[in-house]
Amino acid sequence: MSRISAVLLCLLLGGCGGAPDGKVHVSYWEKWTGAEGEAMQKVVDQFNRRQDKIVVEYLGISDLARKTLIATAGGDPPDVAGIWLANTYTFADLNALVPLDDFIRGEGTTPEKWAERYDPVYGDMGVYRGATWAVPSTPSVAVLYWNKAMFRAAGLDPEHPPRTLAELDDMAEKLTKRDPQTGDITQLGFLPQEPGWFAWAFPQWFGGRLWDGQEITIGTAPGNLECYQWVQKYTEKYGLEPIKAFTSGFGNFASPQNPFFSAQIAMVFQGVWLNNYIRQFAPGMEYGCAPWPAVKPELADFADAEADMLAIPRGAKHPKEAWEFIKFVSSLNPQARSQKELLGMELLCFLQEKNSPLRQWSPFFEQHHPHPYIELFRRLAQSPHAVHTPKIGIWEEFASEQGEVFEKVRLLMEPPAAALAFCQGRVAERWAEHRRSLARHGLYAGTAAPQSSAAEGHPFP
Amino acid sequence: MTSREKHDLRCGLAFCAPWFIGLGVFMMYPVVASLFYSFCDYSVLQSPVWIGLENYHRMAGDAVFWQSLKNTLFYAALSLPLGMIVSLLLAMLLNTQVRGMTVFRVIFYLPAIIPIVAGSMLWLWIFNGQYGLLNWALRPILGVLGQAPPTWLADPAWAKPALVLMSLWGVGNSMVIYLAGLQDVPKELYESAEIDGANWWGRLWYITLPMISPVIYFNLIMGIIGTLQVFTQVFVMTGGAEGAPARSTLFYALYLFSTAFYDLRMGYASAMAWVLFVLIVALTILATKLTEKWVYYSG
Repeated sequence: MSRISAVLLCLLLGGCGGAPDGKVHVSYWEKWTGAEGEAMQKVVDQFNRRQDKIVVEYLGISDLARKTLIATAGGDPPDVAGIWLANTYTFADLNALVPLDDFIRGEGTTPEKWAERYDPVYGDMGVYRGATWAVPSTPSVAVLYWNKAMFRAAGLDPEHPPRTLAELDDMAEKLTKRDPQTGDITQLGFLPQEPGWFAWAFPQWFGGRLWDGQEITIGTAPGNLECYQWVQKYTEKYGLEPIKAFTSGFGNFASPQNPFFSAQIAMVFQGVWLNNYIRQFAPGMEYGCAPWPAVKPELADFADAEADMLAIPRGAKHPKEAWEFIKFVSSLNPQARSQKELLGMELLCFLQEKNSPLRQWSPFFEQHHPHPYIELFRRLAQSPHAVHTPKIGIWEEFASEQGEVFEKVRLLMEPPAAALAFCQGRVAERWAEHRRSLARHGLYAGTAAPQSSAAEGHPFP
Repeated sequence: MTSREKHDLRCGLAFCAPWFIGLGVFMMYPVVASLFYSFCDYSVLQSPVWIGLENYHRMAGDAVFWQSLKNTLFYAALSLPLGMIVSLLLAMLLNTQVRGMTVFRVIFYLPAIIPIVAGSMLWLWIFNGQYGLLNWALRPILGVLGQAPPTWLADPAWAKPALVLMSLWGVGNSMVIYLAGLQDVPKELYESAEIDGANWWGRLWYITLPMISPVIYFNLIMGIIGTLQVFTQVFVMTGGAEGAPARSTLFYALYLFSTAFYDLRMGYASAMAWVLFVLIVALTILATKLTEKWVYYSG
């Protein structure tokens, strides 16, 4: 009797040496829901079908970074976490991730060669302080989208987007309309804060620098001040109150009231995903995609490239199996000639309508991608001037402070120089404090330069 | 102690145990631990390292901390008295003898039971600068004066007043407490006052307010605690913990939250939590001292 009770108890608790199907169950936490979540679920299903030892269980989680962090601190993290790029460096600094280098070497290659499978900007993302902490899942590149119908109505050539900053400003002016009686803005050509998601990259677009790998330079590097002066000029040109009144009527991004979809604004910086939303909320809209207008001729084809990352949190129960899944998501079928033949990364990026971060694209992916401008995204991701989130362990705070500079400047609350000086002081102090904190905890306390890690007693395996 | 008494004691303790354990594990331990962490460099992922008063020293020189405190006190200074006056006036109206009073009571209490996130989404639309209901009503009035209505949440100068305005919508809870207090005031006091020739104002000032003063005091203390910890509606309506626009709605609890969970500085956030605790206790003591002369406990 007692034996039966024990067996029942074991069954109830789900313990006693693994799952009843004899497979290893890998928990995978991801941020995506809706269509993007369904796309990843299909890749998970594909992985689960193609082998019989591992079952990956996909779980869509809100506020994923925070929950992964708390679960890791509590010793019960998921086996795979789909974190943001910005989290990668913070988590790595705090020793919250398992470095992937040994797994990569186990595949008979080197971390360097592994990174070379990707476009350089993506291959570089997960590499921090000499180790590979995460690998890209789906990437994005932000480009300039323009509304061709609005261009035509304003007497502009709908096939000629702005190529330089001067052209952008000039076309923005021509595309802006006001009510002749009230003077209220009724249509805008361009506005730096709409939607403002990529505003963190504006200083680099102007040839500036946020930090140099050692020190914070947002308040000191040339180019940054020029960038925020340009932001300020837009408010000065159109007026603070008219802009506030006009933009306060803008609807949510994923709605027909999105100002780009409702033809309230003619040009926006947006990611590769926008095509998907245009089809949904503004079907039939005539639009084009172009590189960021060049601020300086030597910085042509500037692009902000980002990616979602897959990582194994420290304390994961099945790191080897987690790696098997990550490896599968990073793979492709180079011969694919139909959607059915797409594999891993390409299936995911095809279904999510994004560019693939891998250098090699299969014939089907290249020729039948749903985004009509996908080649531009590929070209910009390969541009030498493509940038991504800075590799600094305090990026969330840095970005928040930088966002404040943008806010204060665009709302004419402070001159750009003063706002930048405040930001410089605050972030530099936080950066020093962060390094002090890492040193206190016996963690890496140097800078991002990987070669210095051994000399400073890098504690990571 | 007899064996029966021992048995009863054991049973009693066993029945109380869930509560004791719950209080100890989920309340007392975190509170005590946060006091310890406030003296530590602690990021959640690593063990805490003792750094003495460094977090508190840092707070003194943190411009954003002071800004968040200033924002919070501004909000509390407007929202608390206005909320108390509005809820008292509503309670007095709902205490009159009018047909269908139950319906009115339900209508005025209803906002208090609407989930705060749903209510916030609703107010986002009301405050919309271009299409919002509020500006739709204000535009013709202000238009006479040649003025345009503010853009509320999009304007750093108007975002806090907008949140104060919204807070008045949810006064249902304190209104119900006032209503209970008002109904406890003995009728004979009003009758004798009327015989003595007291007018409405006289009855309010000399009977109603003194008789419900313990309720006013209670609502004051609860209001101090509540307004200094305002979080959810701001988080929802301004799109996160940044306190947009330009940190004009960065309230204390928001800055504390982002410090702890975005910046991973749990030690510093714990120190902030303890400063807020001390501040609330100090204000509560101050309010008690200032009001003890006029709070009247009958019976």
